[in-house]
Amino acid sequence: MLRRAKPLFHKLLGSAILMGMLGHQAVADEVERWQVNMTPGVTPVSQEIYGLHMLIFWICVAISVIVFGALAYTIYAHRRSKNREPSTFHEHLGLEIFWTAIPFLILVVMAIPATRSLIHMYDTDTEVDLDVVVTGYQWKWQYEYLGKEVSFFSNLHEDSNAARQLGSGVDVNTIPNYLLEVDRPLVVPVKQKIRFLVTANDVIHAWWVPALGIKRDAIPGFVRESWAYIEEPGIYRGVCAELCGRDHGFMPIVVQAVEQAEFNEWIAQEQAAAAELRELAAQTFTFEDLYERGEGVYNRSCAACHGAQGQGVPGAFPAIAGSAVATGPLEAHLDVVLNGVPGTAMQAFGAQLSPVDIAAVVTFQRNAFGNNMGDQVQPVDVVQQQNQ
Amino acid sequence: MAHGPAKGISRWLFTTNHKDIGTMYMWFSFAMFLLGGAFAMVIRAELFQPGMQLVEPEFFNQMTTMHGLVMVFGAIMPAFVGLANWMIPLMIGAPDMALPRMNNWSFWILPFAFLMLASTFFMEGGAPNFGWTFYAPLSTTYAPPSVTFFIFAVHIMGASSIMGSINIIATVLNMRAPGMTLMKMPLFVWTWLITAFLLVAVMPVLAGAVTMMLMDIHFGTSFFDAAGGGDPVLFQHVFWFFGHPEVYIIILPGFGVVSQVIPAFSRKPLFGYSSMVYATASIAFLSFIVWAHHMFTVGMPLAGELYFMYATMLIAVPTGVKVFNWITTMWRGSMTFETPMLFAIAFVILFTMGGFTGLMLGIAPSDIQYHDSYFVVAHFHYTMVAGAIFSLTAGIYYWLPKWTGKMYNETLGKTQFWIAFIGFNLTFFPQHFVGLAGMQRRVPDYALQFADFNMLSSIGAFMFGMSQLMLLFNVINTILAGKRAEKDKVWDGAEGLEWTVPSPAPYHTFSTPPQVK
Ligand code: HEC
Ligand code: HEM
Ligand SMILES: [Cu+2]
Ligand SMILES: [Cu+2]
Repeated sequence: MLRRAKPLFHKLLGSAILMGMLGHQAVADEVERWQVNMTPGVTPVSQEIYGLHMLIFWICVAISVIVFGALAYTIYAHRRSKNREPSTFHEHLGLEIFWTAIPFLILVVMAIPATRSLIHMYDTDTEVDLDVVVTGYQWKWQYEYLGKEVSFFSNLHEDSNAARQLGSGVDVNTIPNYLLEVDRPLVVPVKQKIRFLVTANDVIHAWWVPALGIKRDAIPGFVRESWAYIEEPGIYRGVCAELCGRDHGFMPIVVQAVEQAEFNEWIAQEQAAAAELRELAAQTFTFEDLYERGEGVYNRSCAACHGAQGQGVPGAFPAIAGSAVATGPLEAHLDVVLNGVPGTAMQAFGAQLSPVDIAAVVTFQRNAFGNNMGDQVQPVDVVQQQNQ
Repeated sequence: MAHGPAKGISRWLFTTNHKDIGTMYMWFSFAMFLLGGAFAMVIRAELFQPGMQLVEPEFFNQMTTMHGLVMVFGAIMPAFVGLANWMIPLMIGAPDMALPRMNNWSFWILPFAFLMLASTFFMEGGAPNFGWTFYAPLSTTYAPPSVTFFIFAVHIMGASSIMGSINIIATVLNMRAPGMTLMKMPLFVWTWLITAFLLVAVMPVLAGAVTMMLMDIHFGTSFFDAAGGGDPVLFQHVFWFFGHPEVYIIILPGFGVVSQVIPAFSRKPLFGYSSMVYATASIAFLSFIVWAHHMFTVGMPLAGELYFMYATMLIAVPTGVKVFNWITTMWRGSMTFETPMLFAIAFVILFTMGGFTGLMLGIAPSDIQYHDSYFVVAHFHYTMVAGAIFSLTAGIYYWLPKWTGKMYNETLGKTQFWIAFIGFNLTFFPQHFVGLAGMQRRVPDYALQFADFNMLSSIGAFMFGMSQLMLLFNVINTILAGKRAEKDKVWDGAEGLEWTVPSPAPYHTFSTPPQVK
C-alpha cells in the first residue's frame, strides 16, 4: 500500500512542479504524499470552511498578481541603467485614499460569508441527535456517549507506538497509518447531528479532525462545544493540536463514521459488553482467571513503563519485580493503581480500567515476576475501595 | 572635552556611549541568533525524516520552546534596540541618548537574563518545554522546576526592554536638533518611537502574566487553575494582550529600516511619508484590540469571535498602505541593487506574503483549520524571518560602512542574499502545504504523507543557517580587512543627518547640534 520513498531528485522535481500549481489536484498516485491543500471534508461546516479558504486564497492571488506585477515591472523598467533620472514625486492624497478604500471594500466582501459560516458553526443547540464527551488526557483521548453508558479510551496504536521510540530499529515506512492509528476509534453515525462536548483532565489539548471541520480546545475544568453532521461513511483521522507535553505528537484521533443501523448495532454490543463488565464486577473469580486476565491487562497498559518482565526502567519507572509496593500491603498497592502517584507518570487507572481489570492486574503483579504473595483481589474489593 | 573611549574591558562595562552600547546590543543579539539557530537546526534535523532519530520528545519540546524564546527576546528585539542606539542619535542630530547610564544598565542586565535562561538546560527536569507561548497549566502545575528561573529571566528581559524604550522615547521627544520637527524625523525614528510606546504598554502585562504563574506555582493561588476557581483561558488572554502587540514591536522597526533603504537605492524620496506615519500609528493602535485572534479555537462566545475577526481584518488596511507606498517609492526611481536593497525588496515581497496568510488566519472560520498547524508556523516565519531578520540584515549592510568606515564585500553580500532567499523559501513555503494537509505544530515526528515536504524544509533550513554564517564572516572581514569607505555619504542616494558625519562615525557626534532646514 505504501510505496517506498523515491530518490531525492525525483522528490525535488515533484515539489517544484507542485509549488507552481497550488490548489490543483496532483498527479493521481501522488495525492496522498504531496497534498498541498486543505481537505474539503465531509460535513457542511468543513465544506463551508473550504469554500471560504479558497475564496480568500484566490483574492490574495489576484492582489499578488497586481502588487508583485507592479513591483516586477518597476524593478525591470526603473533600474538605473534604464532610468538615469529619478522622478521626485512623493505624495498623492488621492492615491492614498484609493488604496485605503479598495482593500477595505474587499475585506467587507470577505467578512460577509465568514460571518455566515461562523454563525452556522456556533449552532450547537438545535436538533442534536447524539452527544459525545471528548476528554483529553496526557496523552490519549476518552470518549463517552452521553446517556448510553458507553465510554472508552483511545490510544496511539501499539505498532506506531513501538516504531516511534527513539532507536526502535523499526522502519516507520512499514507501519500502516503511522502515528494516525488508534487502538479503538470513535464510532459515530452518519447523517446525524453529533455534538462534541470537549474537555480535558490535565493540561489543554485540542481535538482536531480536519475532515469534520472541527478543532476545539480541550480545557481542564471547562466544557466547550462543537458539532458535526457527517455526510459519508468513512474513516477520518486527526490529531491533538495543542502542545500538551512530551507525547503531544502521539495522541491521534480516528473517527469511524458508519450508517445508523450499523451504529445502533455497535452501540448495543458495547452496552452489552459494559453490562457484562458491571455484572462481572459483582462476581468472584478464581485466582487463575484473575492472573490470566491480569497478564493481558499488564501487557496492554503497564508494560510500556514497567517492562514486559516487570523489570522497569532504572531511574524512570520502578520495577514491579520485588517492588516494595507490590509485595507490601494490598490496600496501598491498590491505591497506587487506582489513584496513581500525582506529579509522576503513574496515572490514576481507576478512571481507565474496569474494576475487573484492576483486580486482575493487581493480582497479577503480586504474583508474577517472582513476586509470590499468594493473595488476590476481587472486583468487589476494588469497587469498595473506590467508593471510600 | 573630546575624549576617546576608555581602554580595555572597562570601556565596555562602564560605557555610556550610545555607539558602544549599540555595538554591544548588536553582537549580543547576533550571538543569541546563532544559539537560537542552533536549536532550530536540531529541530529540523529531527524532522528531516519521519520516525525519531536524534532526540527524545522531551528534549525536542525544550528545543522548540527555547528556539522561540531566544529568537524573539534574545535575537530580534535586542538587535533592533542596538540599531536604535546607534542610529537614533545620529538621525536626529543628538549627541547621545537622553539617559546614558540607564542605557548601560538596560544592556548589561540582558546577558544575565539569558545566562539564567540557558542554565535551565542543566537543571533537573530540563529547560522550559511548554512552548514560547507557555500556556498554563502546562507551564504551571505540569512544568519542570526550572520554570521559576524562566519567570525571573522574563522579568529581567522585560525590565531591560522597558528601560530601553523609556530611553528612546525621552531621546526622540527631547533631543532632536533644532528644526527637526516630528514630521521631519526619518521613518526609522518614527517607527521606533511608536514601538517604544508599545513596549512600555505591554511588557508590564507580560510581567503580570509570569508573576501570576509564579504565584500559582509557589504561593497557592489559582489564577489559571479551574480546580481553585481560576481559568486557564485567562492566561491566554493576558499573554496575547502582550503577545499581539509584541509581534508589531518586532516588525515596526523593520518597517522603519526598509523605509530608509528603499528611498536610498531608488534615489527618490519616500512616497507618502505622512501616510506611512499614520499607517504605523494605526497598526500600533489596532494591535491592542485584536489579541484573541490567537484564540479562535478556545470557544469564545460568537460575538467575541466576530469582533476579533473584524478587528483583525482591519489591520490588513494600514499594512497594505505601507506596501503600496514602498512600491510607489521605487516607481520611476533610478534603482540599483546593492545588498541592502536586495534584502529590502525581498522584505517587501515576503512580508506581503506573510500579510496574506495573516489575513487568511484572521478569518475565524478558516482559522479553525489553520490554527496550531504548520500553516501558522509558515505565516509567522514569513513575517518574523523575512520581515524582521531580512530588514535587520538590510540595515546592517546599509549602515555597516558608517559604523566601521569600511566597505563590506558586495559579492559575498549578494551571494549571501541569494542563499538566504532561496533557503528561506525552501524552508517555509512547503510548511504552508503540510499545515493545510493536517500537520500540527510542535511535534517531533509526523505521519508519512508529510515526509517529502519536511525533508525539503530541513534542507532549506540548513541552507538558511549557512547563509547567516556568511553574514557573520562578511561583517568580521569588513572590520578587519574591509576597503576604506571613500565618502562620508557612502550611498549616493542616501539622505539624512547620519550621512553628514564622517565614516566611521567618531566616538562623539553632534556635540553642537546641526541645523535642520
Ligand atoms: C507511563 C508510565 C507508567 C505506566 C503505563 C504505568 N506505570 Fe506504574 N508507575 C510509573 C511510575 C513512574 C511509578 C513510580 C511512581 C513514584 O514515583 O512513586 C509507578 C509506580 C507503580 C507502582 C508502585 C511501584 C513501586 O515500587 O513504587 C505500581 C504498583 C504500579 N506503578 C502499577 C502500575 C500498573 C498496575 C500499571 C498498569 C495498569 C502501571 N503501573 C502503568 C509509571 C507507569
Ligand atoms: C496583516 C497582518 C497580520 C495579520 C492579520 C496576522 C494574523 C495572525 C493570526 C490571526 C494569527 C493566529 C493564527 C493561529 O494561531 O491560528 C497569527 C499568528 C502569528 N503571527 Fe500574525 N498576523 C499579521 C502579521 C504578523 C506580523 C507582522 C508578525 C510578526 C512580525 C506576526 C507574527 C505572528 C506570530 C509569531 C504568530 C504565532 C504565534 C504563536 O502561536 O506561536 N504576524 N497572526
Ligand atoms: Cu497535544
Ligand atoms: Cu496576533
